[in-house]
Order: sequence, then structure tokens, then C-alpha cells
Amino acid sequence: MAVKKSEAALDPLFNNNPIALQVLGICSALAVTTKMETSVVMCAAVIGVLTVSNLTISILRHQIPNSIRIIVQLTVIASLVIVTDQILKAYVFEISKQLSVFVGLIITNCIIMGRAEAFAMQNPPSLAILDGIGNGIGYSAILMVTAVLRELFGSGKLYGYSILPTVSEGGWYLPNGLMLLSPAAFFIIGGLIWALRVYKPAQVEMDG
Amino acid sequence: MFEEYLNLAVKAIFVENMALTFFLGMCSFLAVSKKVETAVGLGFAVIFVLTVTVPANNLIQTHLLNEGALTWISPEFAGVDLTFLNLLCFIGTIAAMVQLVEMTTDRFFPALHATLGIFLPLIAVNCAILGGSLFMVERDYDFGESVVFGLGSGIGWFLAIVSLASIRERLRYSNVPHGLRGLGMTFVITGLMAFGFMAFGGIQL
Repeated sequence: MAVKKSEAALDPLFNNNPIALQVLGICSALAVTTKMETSVVMCAAVIGVLTVSNLTISILRHQIPNSIRIIVQLTVIASLVIVTDQILKAYVFEISKQLSVFVGLIITNCIIMGRAEAFAMQNPPSLAILDGIGNGIGYSAILMVTAVLRELFGSGKLYGYSILPTVSEGGWYLPNGLMLLSPAAFFIIGGLIWALRVYKPAQVEMDG
Repeated sequence: MFEEYLNLAVKAIFVENMALTFFLGMCSFLAVSKKVETAVGLGFAVIFVLTVTVPANNLIQTHLLNEGALTWISPEFAGVDLTFLNLLCFIGTIAAMVQLVEMTTDRFFPALHATLGIFLPLIAVNCAILGGSLFMVERDYDFGESVVFGLGSGIGWFLAIVSLASIRERLRYSNVPHGLRGLGMTFVITGLMAFGFMAFGGIQL
């Protein structure tokens, strides 16, 4: 399987986006995007864990027996997530409280497991790192767009700073409370997928 | 006592539905909901795995990991706090349970095993399962409560995926805009279902 380096890193952005096409890692994408601050921390955590886990598993790929590979992969990922969790608790305690169980849930974030299984098990470490970074950024791109839309229209702020002064603070903008509720995340991501598929018609599913 | 459990079960099934309020287990939720039959199969597997793993992890947490939990081995361990290991232990329990479910279905329900195919190993990375255990820790459930919570949230997830699958089967007859077909439309429907489930908010028995 020959994959070019540029393809490994760039494909996940539009051509093979983990959220929009591979249907991986959606749980956290929906739950942490009410504010940009939490999404930034989440994205950084996911990119970090994904890159290191891809690298580790790719290095170990000839040593891992096929029948127990899932447990081995989970152990690698879980150890990395524990480290991440401890770092977040030490340096950004407030945000780590807001993310609550979702930091732990990076373990079961299907992107990490999916890329380990689909890519890192077959490819050399250098490609695996690029694939990890690429998929992490592809995931972050969707997360950030969703978070910007939800925070801007839901509370008139971006990254905690007021952009649209809300009525309750003496401004003119009446915040759209729907944006902060869970269903809005589904609508926004649904819309993003629609936009992406209009731009890249090859991704449209004919059945369903 | 009984009322308390009933209340917790209703809360886990409807008010705080794993799939539609917390978006847990979304990946398999969206991927395996094309047919009602497979959705039912996966739903049952999730109910079973959740009901077993949440109480099992509860025992691990209270008897092995919490600060001072190891005193039953020797009083010297009173100051040992292993809670930071809980992610690793939980995922181990879950992976083992999933393996068990896979072997059982393979032996006794081969047809189901063939349809679920690659999705069974995916239950191990289904966030709903690990999420169940993490919520159990965060909310300090005792053993009895964690049995009810595990069962309840499993049933809630089952309901959600089966209803989504039924809607998607009907969707075949409707005229969805070209680019929105498939995944995009599923997202919008799930959003609408989440709306519906919000009506349960605040219900208390």
C-alpha cells in the first residue's frame, strides 16, 4: 500500500474527512462545541493523542499479535489519555471540569481507534504521524466551525469576548438559545456535510 | 427504595438518554441504523454490555481504586489512591466483556453474529459503554444504583437507535436534496429526535 506523504496528511481535510465521511469521532464533536474555549482544548488533546498513538502503534505493528490487537491498541490509547487527562487537570483545571467525562471518552473516540486499526497497523511510523496530524486537523476543522457558529449565535461571543452585544448586557443582539442546545449541533454538522458534498459531489451516498 | 430506583431508571432511559442528550455512542448509532433488524441486534448487545460493565466497574472503583479502598488487603494501603488508573481498568473490563458477547453470539446466534459483523468489536469503543461507567463514577452511584443505571441507559440507547433506524427505512420514499442524502440527513433527523426527547426534561416520579 503506497501512500504519498502529502496525501496522508492532506486527504483527511476535505477528501476523507474523519467526521463528514468516515463517520468517526462524532460524540465529542457534538458535546464540547458550545464554546470555543472547550473545543480548542479538546482539539489539541485529540491531535496530540492521535499523533502519538498512531506513532506508537505503527512502531509496534510487527510485534502486536493479530488476535489481541484491539486490547493492545486500547491499552496504548488509554495510557496516553490518562497522561493527557492529568496534564489538563494540572494546567487548565477549569476547562477540564467543563469537559468532564469527555476527556476520558477520547479513549473511545473512534477516530483514534479507527486510524490505529486502518492506517497505523499497515504503515511505517513517518506516514502514521502525518496521518495522525492530518486526521486530527480534519476533526478539529469541523469542531471549530461548529463551535464558532454555536458560540457566536448562541451567546454572542467568540472565545469568551463579546462580538454581538446581547440584549441582557444592554446591546441589540437577542441570543438564539437553540444554538446552545444539543440538537443545534446536529443541524450544523448536517449542514456542513451538505456543503462539503455540494463541493465534492463524489462523496454523495446514493442510497439512504 | 423501589421508587428511587424507578426514578433513576426513568431518568436514564428518557430524560438523560445516552444517545440523544449526551451524544454517546454516536458513531455506531449513525453507522448501524440503516436497517431495523441490525439496529435491534446492536441495541440488545449494548443493553447487555452496559448492564454488566457498569456494576462491574463500580465494584472495581469502590474496592480497588478509591482512596483507602485497598484496606481489605492490609491496613498499610489506607493512603493509596489509584483513581487515576480508572480509565485503564474500565476499558479493560469493557474489552473483556465485549469479547465474551462476541463469543456467545458466535456460538448461539450465528445469524446475528453474521449481521453484526465488524460492529461487535466496535462496541468496545462505543462511547456509551465507557460513558456509562464514567458517569457512574462522577455521580457516585452505589452498587444497586449502578445496576439500574446500566440497564436503564442501555434501554434508552436501544430505543433511540431502533427509532432512528425505523425512520431511516421510511426515508427511502422521500425526496431528500441530493447532497444531504445519507449522513447529512441522518444528522438532521437525529437533531429532531433530540428535540423530541427534550420534552422529557424535568420529569420526576
